[in-house]
Amino acid sequence: MSTNGKDYDGPILECKDLSISYFTRAGEIPAVVDFNLTLRQGDSVGLVGESGCGKSTVAMAIMQYMGNNGGIVGGSIVYKGRDLATLSEEELRQLRGNEIAMVYQEPMAALNPSMTLGRQLMEVPLCHEDINEEEAYSRAIKILADVHLPDPERVMSSYPHQISGGQQQRVVIAMALLSNPSLLLLDEPTTALDVTVEAGIIELIAEIAKKFHTSMIYISHNLGLILATCDRVNVMYSGQVVEEGTVDEVFDHMRHPYTKGLFSAIPLPGADKTARPLVPIRGQLPLPHERPPGCYFGPRCDHFAEGSCNSGLIQMTSVSGEAGHGVRCCRWDDIDWDAYRPEGVGGATITQGERVLSINKMRKYYEIHDNSIAALIKGNRVRYVKANESISFEAMESQTVAIVGESGCGKSTFAKVLMGLETATDGEVVFKGEDVSNYPVQKRTPKQVGSVQMVFQNPFDTLNPSHSVGAQLARVIRKFGVESDKHKIEHRVMELLDLVKLPRDFARRRPRQLSGGQKQRVGIARAFAGNPSMVVADEPVSALDVSVQAAVTGLLMDIQREFRTTLLFISHDLSLVRYLADRVVVMYLGHIVEQGTTDEVFSPPYHPYTEALLSAVPIADTSIEKKRIILEGNLPSVINPPKGCPFNTRCQRKLGSICETEDPPFVEDASGHVISCHIPMEELRKVEPVIKMHKEEDQPAAE
Amino acid sequence: MMIFVLRRCGTMVLTMLVVSLLLFLLLEISPGNVATKVLGPYSSEEQRNLWLEAHGYFDPIYERYFRWLGNFVIGDFGDSIRFKVPVGEVLWPRLANTGILALATLGVVVPVSLILGVLAGMREGSTLDRTISVSSIVTTSVPEFASAVLLSAVFVFLLDILPGTSGMSEGFDLKQLILPVMVLAVYDFGYVTRMTRASMAEVMLTHYIRTAVLKGLPYKTVIARHALRNALITPFTVIMLQINWLLSGVIVVEYYFAYKGFGALLLEASLNSDIFVIEACAMVAVFVAVATQTIADVGYTYLNPRIRFS
Amino acid sequence: MSEQTIEIPRRESSILRAIKSVALLRESAVGMVGLAIVLFWVLVALFADLLAPFPPNATIMPLVMPGTEAPDGGMFLLGTDHIGRDILSRIMHGARQVLIYGPLATVCAYSVGIPMGLAAGYVGGLTDEVLSFIANVILSFPVLVLYVIIIATIGASAVNIVIAVTFASAPGIMRIVRGLVLDLRSREYVFAAQTRGEPPWRIMAVEILPNARGPLIVDACLRLGYVIITIGVLGFLGLGLPPPDPDWGGMINETRQMAMAFPHMALFPCLAISSLVLGFNLLADGLREVSLRD
Repeated sequence: MSTNGKDYDGPILECKDLSISYFTRAGEIPAVVDFNLTLRQGDSVGLVGESGCGKSTVAMAIMQYMGNNGGIVGGSIVYKGRDLATLSEEELRQLRGNEIAMVYQEPMAALNPSMTLGRQLMEVPLCHEDINEEEAYSRAIKILADVHLPDPERVMSSYPHQISGGQQQRVVIAMALLSNPSLLLLDEPTTALDVTVEAGIIELIAEIAKKFHTSMIYISHNLGLILATCDRVNVMYSGQVVEEGTVDEVFDHMRHPYTKGLFSAIPLPGADKTARPLVPIRGQLPLPHERPPGCYFGPRCDHFAEGSCNSGLIQMTSVSGEAGHGVRCCRWDDIDWDAYRPEGVGGATITQGERVLSINKMRKYYEIHDNSIAALIKGNRVRYVKANESISFEAMESQTVAIVGESGCGKSTFAKVLMGLETATDGEVVFKGEDVSNYPVQKRTPKQVGSVQMVFQNPFDTLNPSHSVGAQLARVIRKFGVESDKHKIEHRVMELLDLVKLPRDFARRRPRQLSGGQKQRVGIARAFAGNPSMVVADEPVSALDVSVQAAVTGLLMDIQREFRTTLLFISHDLSLVRYLADRVVVMYLGHIVEQGTTDEVFSPPYHPYTEALLSAVPIADTSIEKKRIILEGNLPSVINPPKGCPFNTRCQRKLGSICETEDPPFVEDASGHVISCHIPMEELRKVEPVIKMHKEEDQPAAE
Repeated sequence: MMIFVLRRCGTMVLTMLVVSLLLFLLLEISPGNVATKVLGPYSSEEQRNLWLEAHGYFDPIYERYFRWLGNFVIGDFGDSIRFKVPVGEVLWPRLANTGILALATLGVVVPVSLILGVLAGMREGSTLDRTISVSSIVTTSVPEFASAVLLSAVFVFLLDILPGTSGMSEGFDLKQLILPVMVLAVYDFGYVTRMTRASMAEVMLTHYIRTAVLKGLPYKTVIARHALRNALITPFTVIMLQINWLLSGVIVVEYYFAYKGFGALLLEASLNSDIFVIEACAMVAVFVAVATQTIADVGYTYLNPRIRFS
Repeated sequence: MSEQTIEIPRRESSILRAIKSVALLRESAVGMVGLAIVLFWVLVALFADLLAPFPPNATIMPLVMPGTEAPDGGMFLLGTDHIGRDILSRIMHGARQVLIYGPLATVCAYSVGIPMGLAAGYVGGLTDEVLSFIANVILSFPVLVLYVIIIATIGASAVNIVIAVTFASAPGIMRIVRGLVLDLRSREYVFAAQTRGEPPWRIMAVEILPNARGPLIVDACLRLGYVIITIGVLGFLGLGLPPPDPDWGGMINETRQMAMAFPHMALFPCLAISSLVLGFNLLADGLREVSLRD
């Protein structure tokens, strides 16, 4: 039967008027409304949208795996002519993993921790096909080679925790491909991975689509990844598809105000904080049971028309002249986009002031005690984790300095030293003329403490759930000695809430009554409560939805400019860094490999790592052409870093043995633009730019 | 792994040493008390001093402790005041009896609670799950002495099919073992069941179970190959630690049913200030508890490949 | 830029919030049954003087079966014991004993265990190792063995029972608190408090502890049930509250020799203690269920 199924030549998958709901104690919650999709052999369709838009629910419905409380309440999912809802449990079992396979968001969680990977791979063909153990083993070995895993035999006998995250995801992909499925569902397969590892997986997925001619549904919140992997795209908002079409149609000639809004809210290479600022989408995603009548996007839309937009379900209509391009907007033809000039977040550039922070050859080592037998014999029980090695850079008043790097690059350690939670092992951290490298936070004066504050990454974690927003802000004000009188403190709390554009009654609320974006705003207010000279923002928007990111970023920039604060912006998102930073510091395994102004870092000469990083960042712009550089291997561990240049194990431009033995020199290209590499600067200058825009007419000189 | 085992054993020895010191301080800190307990309240001051002198009680306290500890290690626990024989002679047969009781109880508790726990956790929220969960709460709420009374009332008083005491005066009798085992098992099974259920329910919600289902594996395979292996790690630890609880339970049960076991001996010794028996019993109990804890820790590490291979 | 506005909640008093949490419990049938049982016994204990038909220690008529009429009117609903005391009255007064010493001992155990757990979890390092080792040593005694030794050494009295329970339970509480703190201390709001130079005690007490209260309340309910069992067991073994005051465990012990002929004497105290413990266990289960939903 399964071979029969694979010769089928109609559409692989058809979702017709599909509606899915969850049933909770609060009643029925519609997760997906009126979803239509037709997938032919070899098609790859992207589902893109923010959290809670129903994109993953669609995938789970296709798998017919929706838990106890989820169910299809309308429409049908037809796979190769068979309505999945009518299949028996046994028939479904034969489809799952065999004809329809899935790749998941977190590979570590998706693999059974107590079984070898080999077993987990082999059981797929063993349960779907009539083959013996040896055949299953050789099939598994072959497929591991297909997903470019080195040493497949070793992988087969490993447990999941013994290989890296990127390798785990390759194993999960191999597992999905083992029985050569007709349909592959990929649910945010790279979200949990570092950007250079992500690039490798994305390339693999694109390769698979070609090689196996598998139909794919790619689910992501990242428009850039959709562009890299899909032919068609469905943009989802709050349970509905609001726009569908080919990638070119949707990316270049989007019709729906939400799609338009999304593209204006993400920092594409053309955006610039002064000339072409980001435009946030106002408001926030409606909760499923609070959706407005008519268009779900209505309350956030600038083109909302009373009467037409809020009466009845809006139907999908075809854009005239583009057969496959549909849009769920009753006004798509009326909106005059050329006349639409929304207010962006940004503003005039300001002059940089005097030096606020100067870091000179700062090192931070952690001791770890090794209790293994080998260490006992050799006698080197204590080893050092070189979290930061020779960090030197400066930051001026009202300047934004971005620190860029992947996980384990040492940016968090650096922040800890700066905040006084750790003391430096060596070197200087001069803040406003005073070396604070050996002052833990307890020894700093309240004023010193208040003048360096931090904005944190995780909105669900940044505020204490047990105390009200007002109480938490008041504590900071009192602690830093800004005010001591009860009424003045209350007044100051209100001012701070005004500053971050939150209603004043939020002071009485508990954090759980706030949305993610609102919590981040409170987090920003908290950081600015002590009138700081410098704020360290550690990935402040990376956990937020795209449409909210721009607003929070803009707010942070506004406040920073107003108070002439120095902003240290720690991020892995190069697009965002390019948009808002004045200077960029690129870190790899605790070392600074390159630093300079934003323009200098984003154009040649590059450090090879910067070059690879730039190439790895997915960009949601069809007019961009990128060089493809896929790094080999894994991020080395900081416990056991490579000798010589830290990047030598993965470098695409490695010279030879010199890279493995000698520390690279710091070479200055222009004043302040420093690259740490053995390759002569003249060579590096000859390198082609990673990103090229080939539709010049769209791009005013941004650089 | 080897290092880990050795380290755990080291901790175990250290714990035993500290426990012995505690016991020593608690029970032998004042020689006068010891002499009163040994010779009885009606002994004369002179007699007591003579006894203390003869047994080295006027030596410095650390010397006494080490001598006491040394004797302990070679199995010389002193003489029981009540039975007038070396403690070992009383203790070992009693311990064997308790061993039989404990093994029989575990023999009932382990299979029953694992099966019920897995069944309940497999389908969280189902009627079966709720029935098992509530009944395990109910049985753990009945203290051993209460269930002993209740079960005796039913099986001895009403039905008259089981003996009400388990003295075993005429040799080993399986029938006399039934009620004590029942009482211990009823109380203990609830906890193990609930822990197994919780562990199973947690595993069933993990993403790797979802992966296994969506691979198209038959449900039985998903449970047997993917779920059980991970879900049974916690219950293993719980069962090992349950032995510690059993040692508490046997005191009540043996007392109630007049079973000649270790628990009854400890209680008797405590009520009669038979200090050398108390010391020996306490050390044995702690040794069993610490040893099972060590086995539990090592076993947990072994069963968990994430720890085993890192 | 403006965020969607929702209705403004008024500042809630803590009493109102407590009532609201109880209202939440309504969604768990098991929890409500538990709460009802516990409340029943609390009321019985509070009004034992009014409710009990006879004085608890008065000898009236020995070995009377339940439902017999008393000589001077009234009825021995649950019969009398071997020295002629009314069992119902003794159970009612016994509830008072249990519900005073049980919670008292539990509170004492928590006030020792929580600071230890906070210190071990938050400060870590040597503090943690020392505290954890002490806890391990105490926990390596089988509980009842520990109680028997302590009570046999220091004597049986209400205060000593509280001391013994505190000594034996604090390490367990410490472990739970420590685990919770280890989880909570890596939260960013704790990090934020550290970066603004808050002293450690304040971080532990204000930033961490309030967020651990959910699991701790559930644990306290379970532990209270267990402490009640312990008090009962000690009474049963003759190590409990000194006679003649009514104590459920003691009542069973005194009468169990005759339980074969007069089962009602031991049966009713057994049901009393089991139902009270069941009440706390069900309440804990309900609370856990409700807190997981939140």
